[in-house]
Amino acid sequence: MFSSVSIRSGRTAACRVAPKRFASAAPNPSAATPSGGPFGETRRDAALWFAKTASVCGVVGYLTSEYVLTDERLEPVYEGIWKMRQGIQASIVGLGMTKIALPLLPEAQAFSDAAHGLHAPHYPWEHRKPWKSYDHAALRRGYQVYKEVCSACHSMKLVAFRNLIGVTHTDAEVKAIAAEYEYTDGPDENGEYFKRPGRPSDYFPSPYPNEEAARAANNGAYPPDMSCINKARHGEEDYIFSILTGYCDPPAGVKIREGLHYNPYFPGGAIGMARNLYDEVVDYEDGSPNNASQLAKDVSTFLSWASYPEHDDRKRMGLKSLFICSIGIGLSVWWKRHKWSYVKTRKVVYRPDLAGVRKV
Amino acid sequence: MASAFIRGLYSSIFRRTSTFTVAVIGAAFVAEAAIDSGTDAVWDYLNKDRQWKDIRSLYIEKAEE
Repeated sequence: MFSSVSIRSGRTAACRVAPKRFASAAPNPSAATPSGGPFGETRRDAALWFAKTASVCGVVGYLTSEYVLTDERLEPVYEGIWKMRQGIQASIVGLGMTKIALPLLPEAQAFSDAAHGLHAPHYPWEHRKPWKSYDHAALRRGYQVYKEVCSACHSMKLVAFRNLIGVTHTDAEVKAIAAEYEYTDGPDENGEYFKRPGRPSDYFPSPYPNEEAARAANNGAYPPDMSCINKARHGEEDYIFSILTGYCDPPAGVKIREGLHYNPYFPGGAIGMARNLYDEVVDYEDGSPNNASQLAKDVSTFLSWASYPEHDDRKRMGLKSLFICSIGIGLSVWWKRHKWSYVKTRKVVYRPDLAGVRKV
Repeated sequence: MASAFIRGLYSSIFRRTSTFTVAVIGAAFVAEAAIDSGTDAVWDYLNKDRQWKDIRSLYIEKAEE
């Protein structure tokens, strides 16, 4: 009549030792809340089930995709599927719906048709690793290549000489470099424009005054600005390096019109730029080898810096934040579990009132 | 022994909110300084001879000539 249900936290002293007289009367101390679910009686069982299932699926899936599906005896099956797909696609197109393309291609498509441009391979750039900065010696050499070879046609309007200070050159060197160029300034107090030597605050000079002049001097093709070229091209430094070193004779039957040059990595294959990087066109002051691929590698790294000037700081801060966040997450998990332990270890005790007399 | 230390820490610092707050702020200063210099040291070790400060010496005297 006066049965009672009491909820005690498992963390209080009173409940740490289960009273002996109820040991047999309450076979399951947490019977008030049903334990377990579809995956197991306890959390541990469920976790083990998930772990077991995931690992079995992973192993079976890997073995299947690696050995079963690639078996050559399945080739006729794939041919048949492909033919069916082609047939369905043809009938869709035949109905006039030319834009609808079916999925389920049985082979991997590299999309290296001429219109797309050959996909640039992934070179092992050291600065691509998450904990690596740019090689600043390479940046310095890359700037030299840009200045001596590329700046004849390509502008870099968003990079100023002062951006090189502390990255590739000292400030005295940058002052000297900037002073080599002439800039138009003004109007002065008489209203006239005048010429003055460059200052570190000036931006890199453009070879042409405007896009029309650039096109006129380059057979109608505009040499793009290099300030963000890595961000603006798929493949970034891999693409730049491949373009610069990828000039070759066009394949048989491919005609490139006068004024253009064949480069398989360029979308369409016909690029306006001639090959510019040959062995030893630039003499490196630090004595590094100056073959064409070294020149291309250095200038690609320099252009990567131009697109991502915050790269080194960003990665350093990233390391810091990862370290702090992992400490923070660890502490947070511990703190939460500590506070919740009072709830998660609580025990519900049902005392049947056998003698009909209320007990506390 | 360690428990006595923790008891001492609790009774002297963590028990009162005011002292706890001061301890948190002070620990933040100390931790930030330590983590900053620690990660900078790790970064410099991982990027030995790659940064500007490593090649600066090659060019700074020439510029001052």
